[in-house]
This record gives sequence, structure tokens and C-alpha cells, in this order.
Amino acid sequence: MAHFRPARLAVGFCTLIGVLALWYVSTSATGWIEPTRFPNPVDVWDALQQITVTGYANGRLDQHILHSVALVVMGFLAATVIGVPLGLWMGYSARAEAFFNPIFMLIRPIPPLAWIPLAIVWLGLEDASKVMVIWFAAFVPSVINSYVGVRSIEQPVLEAASMLEVRGARFVREVVVPGALPHVFTGLRLSLQASWTTLVAAELIGAFFGLGHVLTQSSLDIYPAMILVAMMTVAVCGGLMTLVLTWLEHASMPWRRKS
Amino acid sequence: MSGGADPHLGHWPLSIAGLAAFFGIWWLAAGLGLAPPQFLPMPQDVLRTFFDLLHEPFAGYTLGQHLWSSFLRFAMGFLLAAAIGVPLGLLMGWFEWLDRIVTPLFECIRYVAPIAWVPFAALWFGTGIGGPVLIIFAGAFPPCVVNSYRGAKYVEPRLIEAAQTLGASNLRIVAQVLLPAALPSIVAGLRVSAGLGWMSLIGAELIVASSGIGYMLVKGQSNIDTAIVMSGMIAIGLVGVAIDMLLRRAEARLLRYRHPSNS
Repeated sequence: MAHFRPARLAVGFCTLIGVLALWYVSTSATGWIEPTRFPNPVDVWDALQQITVTGYANGRLDQHILHSVALVVMGFLAATVIGVPLGLWMGYSARAEAFFNPIFMLIRPIPPLAWIPLAIVWLGLEDASKVMVIWFAAFVPSVINSYVGVRSIEQPVLEAASMLEVRGARFVREVVVPGALPHVFTGLRLSLQASWTTLVAAELIGAFFGLGHVLTQSSLDIYPAMILVAMMTVAVCGGLMTLVLTWLEHASMPWRRKS
Repeated sequence: MSGGADPHLGHWPLSIAGLAAFFGIWWLAAGLGLAPPQFLPMPQDVLRTFFDLLHEPFAGYTLGQHLWSSFLRFAMGFLLAAAIGVPLGLLMGWFEWLDRIVTPLFECIRYVAPIAWVPFAALWFGTGIGGPVLIIFAGAFPPCVVNSYRGAKYVEPRLIEAAQTLGASNLRIVAQVLLPAALPSIVAGLRVSAGLGWMSLIGAELIVASSGIGYMLVKGQSNIDTAIVMSGMIAIGLVGVAIDMLLRRAEARLLRYRHPSNS
């Protein structure tokens, strides 16, 4: 599933063409699937042109994307800037773990989407409530994985560090951070995915702008072609963000590139 | 943080200090009137609301009834995802051609956030039960497929060769060699699935439902009753933990059955 070879790529490409053909035949050509249930390719193309050129639901597609992505980046950065150091700290200091872990255990089981109503009560339908929800979505995985990352550092490395009297800031910089980095990045990837899903949900529930709002508006207008355009945009943006993070991961850990 | 013997038990006063700080700040912020009680109720008020909701109906049902209707939807979506996803993943792990056909489609659909299916769920099923079930399915399906596939791919070739030498058919190999060998990976996938499915259900109920715990949250939100919203969040967290514990127990039992000598 992970590795693509040319032959696989060709088969995959043919499959996608086949599905597109099947889609065209079952909607436009024969009308087996009613246009009110699922849009035909031509309508989707028109909807895509409409939203990119004249705009739909208060803005053009690029404006909606920019709005949604900006909110995710803000919430994600705010959460990871606190979450990763906290997780690392809890990982190497038993005292910090004892203090923060019980509080963390109270927050952890609550799914990010369940924060949405509370965020709306507290902060309304504006951007601030979205950032709050994304913060909670991204915070939990970044703490857990950073913590696990420190705990997975091998005992001999820690013993060597203590023998060489590597302590304090240098210990954190040269032992804790590099050792925990693979897990930290796993956490960041999970955080980013959770942020994106949560943002779309928050925008679906109440927003004036953004991709979730496009979904809501097209649903209210019973405009299946636009629903599909919005869904595909959500998928493409989510995939691209994960790709950027994977690239960052490889760039920041050149010593792991071989594996 | 995870279960097992805790080597840091000596620091339990710090744990209590942590909890005390959390509830102390909450209690002070609410008690000093930094925020109106409608927005930030006292911790004990949230607890009282939680127990009141157990026997006083809110938004048509009591908390228990809301949870039950949510749980039924969850069970349907989750079982459907497992019933389709696990066999599909195993078959993809065995038949190369199926893998090649399904993988590109799967990779395309995987990145659609489960919650983004809400408009189509509404369009296809209206307010019926199909809508939430579709969204849970969208959340729970990918981990089922991915983990069964990985489990089937990492089965020891010796086992497969032995089965082939004995003349087992393709389907028998999938059912009697791949399935048992991939079981740990499948169960791990089911746990991830259950978590994602439960979360997607909450999202679905926030948008399209007229009962269920998510609906209760929305009603509490539109009444600007933070105590009800917080009670609902507590209930969601508790059920989520309960589902995970059940699956963890099933996992432990299955693994013991597989390796009786190790336990």
C-alpha cells in the first residue's frame, strides 16, 4: 500500500480512469443515479469553475482554502509549541509527570469535536472558537507522543549521558530532543490530521467562511456538485499538509533517511 | 501515563497538587465571578447537573437514553466498518490484483475527513439513521482496512507455503492462515477504529440528529447552559474510555489464546 512502483502506478492510473468512466456512464450517459443524489462530472466541473471564478458562499475557493488553512496553522502551532515541550518535560522529569499527568488524563478522553459546543458558548462563531477547538485537537497527540518519545530513548544512551555529565539544557538539546524526534513527528502528524478534521467539523457547525462553510451552504442549497467540489478540496488540502510535514520530518532528521 | 506499575508512586503529593491546582483555578475563576456562572459554572454545579440529567430529561430524553441511542448508532456503524473493512484488507493482502485496484481509490478517499460526508449523508438519508451510520463508517473504515492489510502482508511466508503445500485454496488460506496470523494487527486497528468512529459520531450528532449525546450538547449550547455542555463532555469521555477498555480486554484475551505459553 505504501510503495508505488511504475507498474503499480499504471494499474492505479487505469483504475482511476475506470472509475471516472463508470461515474460518467452511470450519471450523465444513462441517468442510473439521479442528479439530486450524486452530481455528474459536467456539473462538478461547472461548480468548480463557479467557485474559483465568481465565488460561492461568501468567497472564492482560494479565499476559503486560505481562511481554513490559516486557522489550522494557527491552532496547530499554538498547541504544539506548548504540547511538545510539555510532553518532553513530562518524559524526563518524574515530578513534572506526577503534576501534569492527572490533569492531562481528565482532558484526554474527550474527543476534540466535543469541544465545539463549549467553544461556541465561550467564544461565539468567530475564528477564535475555531482556534480553541483546533488547539485541543492538536494538543493531546503532541503531548502523548513527545512523552513516549523521551521514554523510548534507550537506557545505554541515558547512562552514557549521565556518565559524561551531560546535564541541564545540554542534556535536553543533545539527548532528549534528538532521541524523541521520531515520535514527536508521529505526534505532529496525528495532531495535524486531527486539527484538519476538527476544523472542518467546526466550520460545518457554524461559520461564515471556510471550506466547512462551503459544505454547509451547498448542503442547504441542495447543490451536490458543489458538495463534491468542497469534499475533494478538503481531501486535497489534508493530503498536501501531511505531505509538507513528511518533508519537514525528513529534512530535520537527515540521519534517518536511509531507513 | 499508560497502564502498568508506576515507578513514580513516590510523587503522589505532586499529583494531588496538580489536580488541586486545576480545580482550584476553575473554582476560583467561577467563584470570584471572573465569568458569569452561565459560561463558567462551579465544578460542583457541573457534577450536580450531570447527576440531575441521569433522571431528568433534557432535549427529550435523559442522559442515559441519549447515550444509548448514540451507542446503538455507533455499534451499527462500527460493526459495518469492521465487517467490510477487515475482509477487504485481508483479501487485498492476498490478491495482488485487488490490492492494485483498490489502493489508489482508497488513498483518494482516505483523506476526506469523515465529517465532510455530512452533506451527502443528509442528502441520501435525510434525518434517518443512515446518516450518522455513514459518518461513523467513514471514520472507522480506514484503520480496519489498513491494519488487516498490514497484518496479512507480514504473515510468515513459511506458514503460507505450508498451507499451499497441503493444497489449501486461496480463500482457505485467507480465512485459516492470514486471519489468525493477522489478528493482533486487526484488533489494534479495531481499537483505533472505535476511537475514530465514536468521535465521528459525536460530530455527526452535532449536525444531523434529533437525539443522542451530541444533540444534547448542541441543545445545551443553544440554551447557553455550560453545565449541560460540560456534563455531556464528561459522559462522552466516559463512554469513550469504556469502549476502549472493552476492546483492550478483548485484545488481551485474544493474545493470550494465541500464545498460551507466554502468559
